[in-house]
Amino acid sequence: MNLEIILHAGLATGTVLLFASIGELLAERSGILNLGVEGMMLIGAMTGFSMALATGNPWLGLLLAMLAAGVLSLAHGVVTISFQADQVVSGLALTFLGTGLALVLGNGLTGQNAPLIPNYDIAGLAAIPFIGPVFFEDHSPLVYLGYIFTPLVWFYIEKTRPGMHLRAVGEKPVAADTMGVSVYRLRYFYVFVGGCLAGLAGATISLSVSPGWYSAQTTSGQGWIAIGLVIFAQWNPLRAALGAYLFGALRRAILDLQGPRMILGFVNPLYINPNLGFFLQMAPYLLTILALVIGSRAAMRKRIGAPAALGEPYIRGERGL
Amino acid sequence: MTANPALAVRQTINHLEMRNIVKRFPGVLACDHVNFDVRAGEVHALLGENGAGKSTLMKVLYGLYRADEGEILIDGAEVSIGSPTAAIEQGIGMIHQHFMLVDELTVTENVALGLKSSRGPVLDLDKVEARIRELSGAYGLQINPSAPVWTLAVGERQRVEIIKALYRGAELLILDEPTAVLTPQEVEDLFATLDRMKRDGRGLIFISHKLHEVIAISDRITVLRGGALVDTVPNQNVTRATLAKMMVGREVILVQDHAVVEQGAVQLALHNVNALGITGQPALRDVSLEVHAGEILGVAGVSGNGQRELAEAIAGLRPISSGRIELGGIELGGIDVASWSVARRTDAGLGYVPEERMHDGIVQEFSVAENLILQDHTHAPISRGIFLDFGAIAQRSRDLVRDFRIRTPSIDTPTRSLSGGNIQKVIMARELSRNPRVLVAAQPTRGVDIGATEYIHERLLAQRRQGSATLLISEDLDEILALSDRIAVLYEGRVMDIIPRSEATAERLGLLMAGATAG
Repeated sequence: MNLEIILHAGLATGTVLLFASIGELLAERSGILNLGVEGMMLIGAMTGFSMALATGNPWLGLLLAMLAAGVLSLAHGVVTISFQADQVVSGLALTFLGTGLALVLGNGLTGQNAPLIPNYDIAGLAAIPFIGPVFFEDHSPLVYLGYIFTPLVWFYIEKTRPGMHLRAVGEKPVAADTMGVSVYRLRYFYVFVGGCLAGLAGATISLSVSPGWYSAQTTSGQGWIAIGLVIFAQWNPLRAALGAYLFGALRRAILDLQGPRMILGFVNPLYINPNLGFFLQMAPYLLTILALVIGSRAAMRKRIGAPAALGEPYIRGERGL
Repeated sequence: MTANPALAVRQTINHLEMRNIVKRFPGVLACDHVNFDVRAGEVHALLGENGAGKSTLMKVLYGLYRADEGEILIDGAEVSIGSPTAAIEQGIGMIHQHFMLVDELTVTENVALGLKSSRGPVLDLDKVEARIRELSGAYGLQINPSAPVWTLAVGERQRVEIIKALYRGAELLILDEPTAVLTPQEVEDLFATLDRMKRDGRGLIFISHKLHEVIAISDRITVLRGGALVDTVPNQNVTRATLAKMMVGREVILVQDHAVVEQGAVQLALHNVNALGITGQPALRDVSLEVHAGEILGVAGVSGNGQRELAEAIAGLRPISSGRIELGGIELGGIDVASWSVARRTDAGLGYVPEERMHDGIVQEFSVAENLILQDHTHAPISRGIFLDFGAIAQRSRDLVRDFRIRTPSIDTPTRSLSGGNIQKVIMARELSRNPRVLVAAQPTRGVDIGATEYIHERLLAQRRQGSATLLISEDLDEILALSDRIAVLYEGRVMDIIPRSEATAERLGLLMAGATAG
């Protein structure tokens, strides 16, 4: 049990959740709920790993992973935006499609050694006591990217014109449409961006944070946690990032708790009976279920600030137009 | 069409013409070779009943629909308007009846929506705000640019819509039923603004079905009926009666006989009733009122000030948190019915014409006959035990269809396929045929054509003559003033005042509706 190690690992695994949940957040702010994150992450993880293996370039793998998951997400876009089908049903189908595809195409990747994205220190900053070793030492460049990415997304949503259009499309598409903002185009765009970020999250796992391909265990349900995080974060990217790092640290802390025989002078029950650890490992998923329950209640959603048009297809010609 | 927005914003529209516009929807000819034109510096009113084609015509002009035939000319040159963006580039703006504002954004952000920023991708809201202040000063459109739209009152939201159009350089403005949600004072302010815009050389299209407003503001009036042009007339020597006749195609009695009727005992009384709204906020605050036999008590107010909750509380559809609701004067001895079920209240003599007629008033898929017996199906002669007597149902339905002049192909027609006016007649027939001691009628003529409105008013007055107590909740002040004996004004769930018909004027009611206390 070492706080420095837990936090360091939390930032690394949290970065995966960060990319995935910010991608989902962008899609949801445009009004499209995409429950296919888990499937898209698996496609990303598989594509990234296998392409790095094939080309010898992990960065190219990362790029292709984003593209693959982005293209997959467009299937959800076609079904929900153009055909105005139920977003929950389509999203679930996308998870099954993505998971199935990834497992089939990834068959044989397990145990292979692909070139990975190396870790770096940030010169100078790493020397700061405690802060340095936790935040700026021996991290994947993707972790450093996450530090910059989050505030940029926040600035984009709140302070830029395209960001305002994003908010308008998610809150009241008909108003945006009459002002010449293309609702369909923007929603496709953000679903695609969400898909790309889910792919990035997946490849962050397989090429950097916990490298390798372990079929469905590669993501082990983190896509669902990312969706829950968006609700916990009340659709705010800064809170989503904080939540992602906290969940990351929690995962590591649970593992570490099972190590020592004595904690604070007491016998560690997890040491005596390691099966108890499984229950602790359930905690993030229980919280996710709680978040999804809260997020699916209409009255509650209004109170916690969900985009008003989230989950509703936009059909020009309805509602006074 | 030139697609240069920088030029388009400055161009003026001296004369816009729509020629032979045809728009078909499956099974409906919504616009049948309609001609319409508007010049700079005039207000041209577009008048017609629901379904007359005025909205369709304007949606064609604003690029929301594409006409099947016909052409649009600006200053003699044909233009193609395929989207709202194209309309805005041509200098056409539209104030929609249902506001096109994003509640979560501020006034400034709503105005900037869809426009390019002078700072590339980063917002230049300070510049937008400065321009909004200029416009609001020039046209008397008071607004706080940094307020989020959800905090604004209805009248203020409309000002945001107008500013939005002016900001985009609209030379021609389409106003779709702009006064429907305003108090009389707000209507005056709006008319003052329209007047300034007109003198500025803008062309204005004013859509309305309120005849006196059309006469007050327009220079020319075009009447549509059933998708076809009836006539375009200059606003000289036109009266409400002539316009109504053009709209309906026959003589209409606009002012009903409001003869003196002797009033009886109190039939409905509310004492300090409090109730919560849908989102849990207080919707009714200490509401107290009494309605006597032979009286129509009008309830006026701007939409969303507790009218719906009031009607639902009396009907038994909304629980009240405190207070008493008493029904039925002497016979029932003023019993508190606040805990009674809807059925029990109905049996005690309460009739209810709900505001949402499609949703709460009828079962849409049921036939006309089935909807007509919805309240009576548990009693003889309509039913015996668990069996319905279809002979009796058919007999009752035919009588009611005839008595209430319901226009329906048959009593077995699904009710949803009737027009709004006829659906309302079905509801009125069902409720009135039970001779209710107390009738709560919420927005009984909203969205109903003039002919049916005339008839519904006639029935409400007949009800009054027969000695039933009527609570008439309406956002149409003309209706309230024409029918009521006394008028209560609701504001933020409170009864501001109850004034007799003889002392009520649109101005006085308007002040109360805006929350000003009497005096």
